[in-house]
Amino acid sequence: MTAPLKDVAPAERARSTSFYEASARTRLELLLDAGSLIEFIGPGQREVSPHLKIFDLPEQFDDGIVVGHGRLDGSPVFVAAQEGRFMGGAFGEVHGAKLTGLLRAAREIGTVPVLVLFDTGGVRLQEANAGELAIAEIMRAVMEARSAGVKVIGLIGGRSGCYGGGGLIAGCCSALAVSEPGRIAVSGPEVIETNRGVEEFDSRDRALVWRTMGGKHRRLLGAADVFADDNVQDFREAALELLGLVGPFGLDRLKAEQDRLAGRLRSFGACGDAIDIWTAEGIADAQAVPELPADQFIALANRIGRTSRDAR
Amino acid sequence: MLDEIIASLFPDGHEVRRDKGVILGSATLRSGVRMLVLGVADRTALGVDEAIRLSGHVLDSIGRDSGPILVLVDSDSQRMSKRDELLGLNEFLAHLAKVLIHADTNGRPTIGLLYGHSAAGALLATGLATRVLVGLPGAEPAVMDLPSMAKVTKLSMEALQEKAKSTPVFAPGLSNLAQMGAVHMIWSNAASLADQLEALLVDLPAARDQRDALGKERGGRLKAAEIAERVRDLALQVR
Repeated sequence: MTAPLKDVAPAERARSTSFYEASARTRLELLLDAGSLIEFIGPGQREVSPHLKIFDLPEQFDDGIVVGHGRLDGSPVFVAAQEGRFMGGAFGEVHGAKLTGLLRAAREIGTVPVLVLFDTGGVRLQEANAGELAIAEIMRAVMEARSAGVKVIGLIGGRSGCYGGGGLIAGCCSALAVSEPGRIAVSGPEVIETNRGVEEFDSRDRALVWRTMGGKHRRLLGAADVFADDNVQDFREAALELLGLVGPFGLDRLKAEQDRLAGRLRSFGACGDAIDIWTAEGIADAQAVPELPADQFIALANRIGRTSRDAR
Repeated sequence: MLDEIIASLFPDGHEVRRDKGVILGSATLRSGVRMLVLGVADRTALGVDEAIRLSGHVLDSIGRDSGPILVLVDSDSQRMSKRDELLGLNEFLAHLAKVLIHADTNGRPTIGLLYGHSAAGALLATGLATRVLVGLPGAEPAVMDLPSMAKVTKLSMEALQEKAKSTPVFAPGLSNLAQMGAVHMIWSNAASLADQLEALLVDLPAARDQRDALGKERGGRLKAAEIAERVRDLALQVR
């Protein structure tokens, strides 16, 4: 089938734009149908953090997150995109409240899915209590939306990864798509090293960081269902694929998740490194996984990797 | 201290045991209702091994019991280790929170009781995933401790302590979290905990999350409720 001519150029631009390098706004512009984004409380409203000035830190007019409504292949979606280049995409009071409000509306409507483009180091330390509580409110709002039938899809491939409470929110989503640089974890490499020593985790060992927290490991482990190449078009296609796959949420999902996670501990709990887990999963040349190009990795993951579908 | 707290909460007896930092069990309220009890003790870090036992305890009870659920918290932060992150700690902590939220919104009201320390991911997966979070005097929640904050913000401890006097937004402590709306109430150590628990259970707030409104009322978070409400309204209009 031939795409209408007007759609060709945006798709090509999306294909040639690195999700990792792009800003939150560029990601949304290229992810959604061209020109469809309507932002809520955009930078023109200047709703900045009321707390950063206590620390003489610069504010940003959107507090580092874009929330709004758009269309994906013609269908309505709510979107939220964190800007990892502003305070590491961290959750503060205003930043978090925007996402909470979006999720509460989605819950009331019940049929419009939510895409969350994570790019976050976790709680914004300068407003740590407000940020932590915002994350708790978002987690509850995600689960209430899902219980009302809303699909909440997380897309992870930004500079700041998805750390701290961001990792917990991601764990609440209906499904995740992740790219290789899209790290998902609670404690960051530096935090583990600072607290437990370089023997526990050498944060400067980038290969160790990628294979412990990076997208390939999360895909093989079943934490993410779809692996995307690092471009916006791939994330768009991943979002569409996941929207088609996600089923309704209920108690059976939580029971299945309990079994899935307990099974993971039984199977891999004694593994010392991601390479050991991949080998145990049946990958003959696990050492080669970090070097595999995206298409070969996706083929491998589809053959061997686990999924969390119906069990999260 | 935990033994005294449990004895004061459940004078009619309980089957609550503590094993490797994890609290599991149930107890009978004076009304005769069984309350499921779980939690983290002894300032234990919440890792994958602890989280899976706690979530399993709640899931085993769903469909079998009908009473409310108590989550006792004296934890470290999440366990910071290569192994826990390798195995997907974020999923285990999220799963525990999800199970608690699901129970709460499906007829099993959840109450968190913060009686010691807690921080970061451990607090999100336990106390902050309950409907009502209660603090006991002396509890020491800290999203981030001040020395670590000093390191990140490159400010002196003195400067941070000075700033903390004028705002509850970043500094550790029970009263700061109460002002934010995270901790609903602080109980008294002088009165019977059983009396205070039963008073709460007969007058339980609705399941709807109202922590942002509480934070506004108490002056700790002036913008969250309004921003969330405005986004919600705009989103409902766009259809």
